Amino acid sequence: MERRKFLQIGAGTAGAMLIPVFGNAIAADELLNAMPRSAKKALADIALNAATQAGASYCDVRIGRYLNQFIITRDLNVENISNTESSGVGVRVVAGGAYGFASTNDMTPDGIANAARQAVAIAKANAKLQSEQVRLAPVKGVGEVAWATPVRKDWRGIPVKDKADMLIAANKAGLDAGASFMTASLFQINQQKYFASTDGSYIDQDIHRLWAPINATAVDKASGKFRSRAGLSSPVSMGYEYFDAKASDKVQAAGGVTTLYTGSYDIVEDAGLAGKQAREKLGAKSVEPGKYDLVLSPEHLFLTIHENVGHPTELDRVLGYEANYAGTSFATLDKWETRKFKYGSERVNFVADRTTPGSLGLIGYDDEGVRAKKWDIIRNGMLVNYQATRDQAHIIGEKESHGCSYADSWSTIQFQRMPNVSLEPGKARLTPDEMVKDVKKGIYVLGRGSYSIDQQRYNFQFGGTLFYEIRNGKITGPLEDVAYQANTQEFWNACSAICDERDWRMGGSFFDGKGQPSQVSAVSHGSSTSRFNGINVINTARKIG
Amino acid sequence: MSILTQDQTKRITDRVMSLSKADECIVNIEGARIGNIRFARNAVSTAGLADDTRLTVQVAFGKRQGTATINEFDDKSLEKAVRRAEDLARLAPENPEFMPAIAKTGYKSSDTFVPATAAIDPEFRAQAAAYAMEACRKKGLVSAGFFTDREMFETVANSNGVFGHQVATSLDFTCTVRTEDGRGSGWVKRSARDVARFDAREAADVAIEKALRSVDAKALEPGRYTVVMEPSATSDLLTFMMGGFNARLADEGRSFLSKKGGQNRLGDKLFDQQVNIWSDPWDKDVPVLPWDGNMLPRERIHLVKDGRINALNYSQYWAKQKGQRAIGSAGNIIMAGTDKSTEELIANTRKGVLVTRTWYIRMVDPQSVLVTGLTRDGTFYIENGKVKYPIKNFRFNESPVSMLNNIDEIGKPLVIGGDEANYSMLIPSMKIRDFNFTSLSDAV
Repeated sequence: MERRKFLQIGAGTAGAMLIPVFGNAIAADELLNAMPRSAKKALADIALNAATQAGASYCDVRIGRYLNQFIITRDLNVENISNTESSGVGVRVVAGGAYGFASTNDMTPDGIANAARQAVAIAKANAKLQSEQVRLAPVKGVGEVAWATPVRKDWRGIPVKDKADMLIAANKAGLDAGASFMTASLFQINQQKYFASTDGSYIDQDIHRLWAPINATAVDKASGKFRSRAGLSSPVSMGYEYFDAKASDKVQAAGGVTTLYTGSYDIVEDAGLAGKQAREKLGAKSVEPGKYDLVLSPEHLFLTIHENVGHPTELDRVLGYEANYAGTSFATLDKWETRKFKYGSERVNFVADRTTPGSLGLIGYDDEGVRAKKWDIIRNGMLVNYQATRDQAHIIGEKESHGCSYADSWSTIQFQRMPNVSLEPGKARLTPDEMVKDVKKGIYVLGRGSYSIDQQRYNFQFGGTLFYEIRNGKITGPLEDVAYQANTQEFWNACSAICDERDWRMGGSFFDGKGQPSQVSAVSHGSSTSRFNGINVINTARKIG
Repeated sequence: MSILTQDQTKRITDRVMSLSKADECIVNIEGARIGNIRFARNAVSTAGLADDTRLTVQVAFGKRQGTATINEFDDKSLEKAVRRAEDLARLAPENPEFMPAIAKTGYKSSDTFVPATAAIDPEFRAQAAAYAMEACRKKGLVSAGFFTDREMFETVANSNGVFGHQVATSLDFTCTVRTEDGRGSGWVKRSARDVARFDAREAADVAIEKALRSVDAKALEPGRYTVVMEPSATSDLLTFMMGGFNARLADEGRSFLSKKGGQNRLGDKLFDQQVNIWSDPWDKDVPVLPWDGNMLPRERIHLVKDGRINALNYSQYWAKQKGQRAIGSAGNIIMAGTDKSTEELIANTRKGVLVTRTWYIRMVDPQSVLVTGLTRDGTFYIENGKVKYPIKNFRFNESPVSMLNNIDEIGKPLVIGGDEANYSMLIPSMKIRDFNFTSLSDAV
């Protein structure tokens, strides 16, 4: 990987950690020596005052310090270890009924005051073109508060060598098991965010996220064929304890075809399985196109949920604010107003939740100072709500924001981003093995593959990582070249069974893109293994040259 | 402080180098002032200015390497970055594939900076948005769009005496116009280095016209069609192919340019005779910096010549293994075209589909570079040389390799920025046979 590309992973906002030399605890003198809250408050007040004096009716300021560490390995080599740090201030104002935003990494009182005045000047220029005034739902100031991701082991305190050794051990396990090539990476993120607003909130947050993607590739030189198997872990918002694998966190997939993970991750075991399964994929049967009942594992279904339910129920998309980039949505306001729009079958219930432990969307407060909460999006198959920010709440008759505002850096403006959107487990007791027993002609799909959906979220095509044929209630063997195509509403109305809460776990998207300029956010989606009847499956094998 | 002069960055790189105790030290400084305005529903939604400058220090002790990045430039911060990189390098395992910093070399500058683009201010941005919004209001249409302009610099230096500094400017404008009832949608994209070559009115008018013409789309059966693809429709498709030109992937059997038995396809004729693709940092329309992310000097590289694979990209390490010369990786993609307008390609088409834009393209199978995606914001049926009526959008499953094998005609290239790819591109419109549409989409 090119050094620059590597450094840009994670939207270019990141930070240096202090490395524990010779494995001692982290050089805490700097990391834990973050700017004192009193100093942040003083800087924030400078911005708030400068903006108000320049004519802003509202101002919020975000002082950010973003720390990342990335470790990239390939086979038995560590290709790169990088620490990045980025600090600065973003000021958003409302003046003349319009938004203005400016950011700077000049964290002197003058630099921050200038950014605030610049934001007001931009808002006033925009106000001349504005037909609708910005209308913010009220937020009660919370005074000075703090929130932090619950972490038992801070990644910043783990020796780099231990992390690199873990990744190399994973690669070795994959190579020993049949992979021709292995990669393993570790993304570690810490966002220190201080939010202040003219509503009277001063919120200090310390957010941690981790992701360890792996990939095994097997090559058959004789035929020229190659196949890959990605890891089956999830990115998480928790501490490094995620890598302390516990037997109680391991789940056997239906038919025992592979091992899956919940609250902790055995990366070496998964890499070994990835190497073995990548090799198996070279000889797997190519799928016969046609209609199948699909049994979708949570490690796969999370991305389908993300694209089919998460994005279409973003209110800014519905209203047309994303029309120029990601698109609009089929889930229009008139459908919601009827309270009779059948998004899915009656067993389908989706909940938006920014409080789920371990989830990527877990926060204390959003980037508008709104406390994290939980609400229904789809209940008994019907569309009942959306995801809204302060300036959208009134449109759907809400008195307050859902707390869905997020910016990926101090240098970017906050806007509506997806919370965790999760499928509730089935109410009747049902395991994946029991689900498979009822399937005559089906495919069991695990892991993330390619994904594509239209700009209103109707037509989609998804692949996966592992595919197994189901015949007359039994898993008969691996399949390859599988992708399924459907329409969102038809697909969720074809949901015929959902396993119970014992099978519920989350997958997540670490770099979900949206907006212009494009920003990334991280979000999780939980579900249990679910069945969808009569879905169209295509064969993706092609020959070129 | 985002745009630093060469003298200022030279002082910083010299200071960083003097602080480093490592065997080698590589320094990169990047800064940008990025202005933008975003509008939707015929009103400004957000607008702003971001400015940031970033220092990256990469050091090595023997074959142990560490990197640190920071965006503060006082003396204490410079030292902090150096020490962090050194601490990491000391703790890192040896990398058997480590390649030392490049030897002293010069860079031939490219013409990437235009003062008028650097001078764009909030009023200019507001005006660019205003034309689209006002024109749409008058016509009962709904506009959404984004204008962004950048002034940036990059400095590279290393302890072998390499030093390069260059400034650059660019702008991008996209605009989507929809009918109020949501039955029609049109889109346009314009990219330029020089603001003098950007006309907001011309761009918005294209999107308005496409929106009006796309109302009441008819459904055609999915299948294989002759398509006339505008540059924005093919550019992102082509970028999915570019990763396959990595020589190491090809030699290791992991690219569409791998052969049975472990060889690569250098020299093989994979595309239509008309296909010529190259990169050139000094191209007058899409100039890019004369070095790549590893500080390697870029050169003109003719990747595809008359349909044959003419060159592969070698990293420093792989070039050494294979006895090849490492050249800076491409920053732009240029495909040869003709003087024919898109209208001429349409006029020469008996039956076909005109595609304005492709969207949400993802790799399905890297073995064949099979990708899937959809048409969007202006898809029309062509009959007897004329655009007859709008049609519903399609999902496609197609490989750019097959696409470049099925070229009937090539049109005039247009500067186009990739939606999801980090290349400046100069890509022609194309008329392609047997393009594989696999299903219909109800999306407008």
